[in-house]
Amino acid sequence: MNQRDPVIEIEVPAGTPMAPPATGTQKRSPGPWYLWVAAACIVGVVAVPLVALGIRALEASDAAWETLLSWRTVRLLVRTLLFTALVTASSVVIGVGGAWLLARTDIALRRVWGVAFALPLVIPSYVIALVLISATGPRGLLADATGIAVPHLIGLPGAWLALTLSTYPYVFLVTAAAMARLDPALEEAARGLGASPTRVFRTLVMPQLRPAIGAGALLAALYTLSDFGAVSLMRYDVFTRVIYAQYAGRLDRSPAIVLSIVLIVAALVVIWAEQRTRGSGAFFSRKPARPPAPYRLSAWQRATGIGFLGIVVSIGVLLPIGVLAAWLVRGIGLGVDVGIPWQAIAGSVTGASLAAIVAVAAAIPIVVLAVRFTSRASSLLERVVYVIFSLPHITVAIAVLAFTVRYARPVYQSLLVLVLVYAAMFLAQATGPAKASLLQIDPALDDASRGLGKGHAATLARITIPLMSKGLLAGGLLVFVTTLKELPATLLLRPSGFTTLSIRIWSSADELLYTQASAAALILIAVSVIPVYYLSIKPKDVVGS
Amino acid sequence: MRRFFALLAAIAMVAAACSSSDDATLTVYSGRSEELVQPLIDRFEEETGISVTVRYAGSADLAATILEEGSSSPADVFLAQDPASLGSVALANLLRPLPEETIATVPDRFSDPDGLWVGISGRARVVVYDSGVVSESELPETEDGFTQSDWRGRVGIAPTNGSFLAFVAAKILLDGSDATLAWLEGMAANESPTFPKNSAIVTAVNDGQVDTGLVNHYYLLRALAEDPDVPGRNSFFDVATAGSLVMPSGAGVLASSERTDAAERFIEFLLADASQRYFSEETFEYPLVPGIPADDRLPAIESIPTPDLDLSLLATTLDEATDLVARAGLL
Repeated sequence: MNQRDPVIEIEVPAGTPMAPPATGTQKRSPGPWYLWVAAACIVGVVAVPLVALGIRALEASDAAWETLLSWRTVRLLVRTLLFTALVTASSVVIGVGGAWLLARTDIALRRVWGVAFALPLVIPSYVIALVLISATGPRGLLADATGIAVPHLIGLPGAWLALTLSTYPYVFLVTAAAMARLDPALEEAARGLGASPTRVFRTLVMPQLRPAIGAGALLAALYTLSDFGAVSLMRYDVFTRVIYAQYAGRLDRSPAIVLSIVLIVAALVVIWAEQRTRGSGAFFSRKPARPPAPYRLSAWQRATGIGFLGIVVSIGVLLPIGVLAAWLVRGIGLGVDVGIPWQAIAGSVTGASLAAIVAVAAAIPIVVLAVRFTSRASSLLERVVYVIFSLPHITVAIAVLAFTVRYARPVYQSLLVLVLVYAAMFLAQATGPAKASLLQIDPALDDASRGLGKGHAATLARITIPLMSKGLLAGGLLVFVTTLKELPATLLLRPSGFTTLSIRIWSSADELLYTQASAAALILIAVSVIPVYYLSIKPKDVVGS
Repeated sequence: MRRFFALLAAIAMVAAACSSSDDATLTVYSGRSEELVQPLIDRFEEETGISVTVRYAGSADLAATILEEGSSSPADVFLAQDPASLGSVALANLLRPLPEETIATVPDRFSDPDGLWVGISGRARVVVYDSGVVSESELPETEDGFTQSDWRGRVGIAPTNGSFLAFVAAKILLDGSDATLAWLEGMAANESPTFPKNSAIVTAVNDGQVDTGLVNHYYLLRALAEDPDVPGRNSFFDVATAGSLVMPSGAGVLASSERTDAAERFIEFLLADASQRYFSEETFEYPLVPGIPADDRLPAIESIPTPDLDLSLLATTLDEATDLVARAGLL
């Protein structure tokens, strides 16, 4: 069993350290052939961008290698990695802090806070950046509204804040679910034996949470590494900006492709670093005896906790929605014509739903092979999925574009390719929860079905997949929400005439048409609220129940 | 399992339906944004009954796309923000000459000498400045003055933006590579703040983040339409340099197009009085067809000093422009 999922950790620690549960009775069997055929097709599709990128890099011009081998590239790479570490650290602090308050304490209105605290997940990072830029500064909306001069948020502080707000919900969602599953008996026993609360936390709670926090931190780091919109609006120079500049500024695309490969290497370094820090700390307990008793907060702890949640939600949710609404109202007041972008809504919903369905369908064979028929090959299969997830979208898009224009003309610029690319890029978000739910299903049920004369396929269709349905739904919703926000791949790969809300936001803001941009952004947030509501009230489905 | 396969089949059908484009429709690759162009396209569809599918992206991006697609490009018309992108497609022999009447609609200097593309609307390079901090008389005569130390950190530029790169490509042709590199290095040494695009510079000037910036003229007028109280003002250079160039957006018909009649009709439509008025009134650009008035806050296009430059040559120095910008440390 692969214990290194960077996405949604399934070995959610909970309770008594014990041997891993049996993951299947057919460990020796390689698995049914049709699962392998399905998996091979999926890997084939998923690997296309990587292969195409490799081919293009080999053909790269001299100018491309000159760009790559400059000191500026090295400096940028170092700066990018340091920036990623900074954002990840603050995301972990906010995400874990919020998770503890909302999963383990008796703070009031936990469900409302939980949804609000997870909501920045649906606001694209470039929207948060745009809002922060307009809201701050001596002439910003905040100064206008309050009369207090707020310093400008640009450069490093601005980029740091925008990306922290965009990424902490990943840490929060994964960690909250893990915390809700901690077995209280262990902690009580430790306290009963005289351990101090600090010691209990350090030696008992923290090791159990580390895999979940690591998984959330990895998501945050990979997001930061590949973000382009927020850092470029904040004028903070990181690697993606240089790739984009090389892509947009010349007719020769090879420098952008060569630089993309550096970014891929950086992403692999981040994955490797996460695995190193995680160690072997995986604990299993399929069902804690009872839910943990909420920690009783003292009055001042309660005030601090509410203050913390309030500040984060104010900046991460209320400020963006407030500024967007203010732009919309101001524009309508000035007579700007704001129509409802039906085409963009239809495009967003179609693309995201198809991506979610395809990703969930593709997740099933991969997860079944990885959990029920564990082998080196099936682990490798899973690993490929995570590598694709870590690739910057602009890189994937350039590669797929170059591939389809040459070798797959019938599907060039088709919705089919766009949906497949979405599904491939976000497949890891579907396999994570799917794997978590499959691990909870006792393999004895499969054996019983097969013992009663049903084959592998019938067992899979009648028993396994229905039992996995909650995990599959959670994975599908995550893919849906993430696809809605996606920008670079959509821009490059969409069929001519196809548009989405994220494209509307980006291109309207580009033309300074803030009224239209804010209308589209508010609709995007509204469309995502229901899936996020579900994910934040049922975090167990995301990381295993 | 059966339901699952039915679902997959349904997805495949939806995808196929969405991806197969109708042969009767005109395909336009537009480097100009949907917000500005789509209203015109809707009008064209209504007037002519020709349906149009548009692919929106950056101009250089679309030019590179057409170069990769080669002679089997699905595009019929390439509508670009700058002459450099159009020129690169023209240089690869992927555009077909336009009818002479079409070319004759606009002054010669705004079209390709071989008639492969025609200018549609004009975009002047200007200095946008914060009128609360800087007075117009303090501004230098040409862009070269901005490398002086008194402008340290006060001039916003968008080194990765298509308009800026087209300006650098023009400067290479006018002043030579060495002088252009020296200017870029001077701007870098002067710690000129860099922005991703023109609109961000105008926003920054209006918000008081930076005193001045090198941009296209119309962004400020759009900002004024959203908020009439902003302090930004445009200043046009008085001396003919790359910095004062009026760059046309333009259009050409692909050599590989099988719908040339509809494609040419589309370009004629963009040059018709009503469309030219649209560019003047809605996007605040200069109409290029003589006799159509520009926004009355703008100086007449003829009064803007213009260096003698064949705009079709910009394509030859575009990649060098990116190289120099990178060498100066601005990328």
